[in-house]
Amino acid sequence: MKCDNCDNEATVRETILRDGSWVEVHFCEECAAKQGIASAGTSLNELLTNFVLPQLTGEPAAKKPRPVKARVPVCPTCGFSFEQFRQSGLLGCPSCYTAFENLLIPLLERAHEGAAQHVGKIPRRQTEAALGKETVEGAKALAELRERLEKEKLLRRQLEDAVKSEQYELAARIRDQIQRLAAQPQETPENG
Amino acid sequence: MATRKNPSPDPDQPGRPGDAAVSSAEWLTNEGESCDVVLSSRVRLARNLAGHLFVHRASRDDRERALQTCRDWILGARLCDRIMWVDLHESPQLERNLLVERHLISKQLAKGKPATANGAMSPPSEEPRAVAVSIPDERLSVMVNEEDHLRLQILRAGLSLSDCWARASAADDRLEAGLDYAFSKRLGYLTACPTNVGTGMRMSVMLHLPALKVTGDIEKVKRAAADMNLAVRGFYGEGSDAVGDLYQISNQTTLGKPEGAVLADLQDAIIPEVIQYERHARKSLMGKRRAALEDQVFRALGALRYARLLAADEAMQLLSLVRLGVVLGLIDGLSVQAVNQLFLLVQPAHLQRVLGKEMDQEQRRIGRAALIRERLK
Repeated sequence: MKCDNCDNEATVRETILRDGSWVEVHFCEECAAKQGIASAGTSLNELLTNFVLPQLTGEPAAKKPRPVKARVPVCPTCGFSFEQFRQSGLLGCPSCYTAFENLLIPLLERAHEGAAQHVGKIPRRQTEAALGKETVEGAKALAELRERLEKEKLLRRQLEDAVKSEQYELAARIRDQIQRLAAQPQETPENG
Repeated sequence: MATRKNPSPDPDQPGRPGDAAVSSAEWLTNEGESCDVVLSSRVRLARNLAGHLFVHRASRDDRERALQTCRDWILGARLCDRIMWVDLHESPQLERNLLVERHLISKQLAKGKPATANGAMSPPSEEPRAVAVSIPDERLSVMVNEEDHLRLQILRAGLSLSDCWARASAADDRLEAGLDYAFSKRLGYLTACPTNVGTGMRMSVMLHLPALKVTGDIEKVKRAAADMNLAVRGFYGEGSDAVGDLYQISNQTTLGKPEGAVLADLQDAIIPEVIQYERHARKSLMGKRRAALEDQVFRALGALRYARLLAADEAMQLLSLVRLGVVLGLIDGLSVQAVNQLFLLVQPAHLQRVLGKEMDQEQRRIGRAALIRERLK
């Protein structure tokens, strides 16, 4: 089934109150996030039994969908809801970042010049843990990071030269390149 | 060595009134690079403890536990030779305001904030929170239980961001050796507010830009800064006005850009450009409008020397012109540091500390004018 909003495959189904009556809506993950509907709270199991399996077998979806109030995602660790975050601008605990990841990423990108990947300092313990447990991945990630920083350093030097020689258009282009480089997703985006 | 004591040196020390209250802070006594325009540089890092609720959600007991954990480690981590620990929930308001004025804690930490969740029924000012300050230089401070569990800050005179960053990062390493930080590979240091997530780092420079204010070009600086995702704020940070023509410029992006890149942008490119811009404006004022400029500077000096009532903002504005006169060589016998110190001494809490008594607004205006007269004799 297609998303109600765009051409993507719908992965989130929700029953919402619209103009006084309950209607069923289907969204892809992205549009659902934009509508403030959680896909994060939907378990894979739930998705399969309620949505994917009936589609495959041609059976009606597990009975009538329960009329649910627009479901608000809640952090399983601390019980803080995304709605509360919206009101206060503050998250409840470190795990909220994982619980609300899908909803937070677009916000983070808006707040941080399009980036949603940390590229700065890493606590020494984390580096050591990564090298101990997953030596290969850890080393690879570090090498990639280092390569990227080198590349960025080079671009920055070029930027400096361009500014010094008053080639502002060139400088602007290099700046864009640097920003693109910083915004690139990394290969190991799991949460530690 | 760790000491717990009042947050300011002994006011009874010999010297001119007020000397003792300001003389020890390094950023006020040193000149620093580009001190004609730059007052101070600051780097702050936001960190949180793994496995704890963020502060605003935490109950009083949770906060007390986090405070205990942080205190034990901060006092043991040898962050500096001597460190002073101040339990803010046990210190009087005047002391807390003094720390705010010295840029050692935020207004928010001074006030305290009740938990949004259940629990904590005590007044916000009694919520467990503290600050550790390196003494006597006041270069390093660590706020505990502000918006994040830890807010580490290095503050130095002049344009010195790279030094601030190196020191902040080293202190951070020491803290991290004993405290388990909330960190994710993808999003970096996890902070209560997503606008700080990633590096958790804010670099800021306090600039004195009176000439750009006069020429009106300050608006251009603000627009350019906004285009580059930098924030421009007043003397006391978020939401404060640029009294005394003092502006703080700081990065806002904390994700997707390594600390070194933010540093390079500010320290080597953006701030030097603003400095040049201000110097250029000063030069052009000295050239084209010298009589008018001198008139303004000496009227300000005259008002400060003879006024009998001075409000803080008015004093700051007059001091700004006097500072400009000093760095342009129009006023003899007064140092930039002396003016910088006056910026601080005219603030309400400092004034009361220096004059040794609590005063209402009217009394403060009288006392402020008297103190400045004495210092500018």
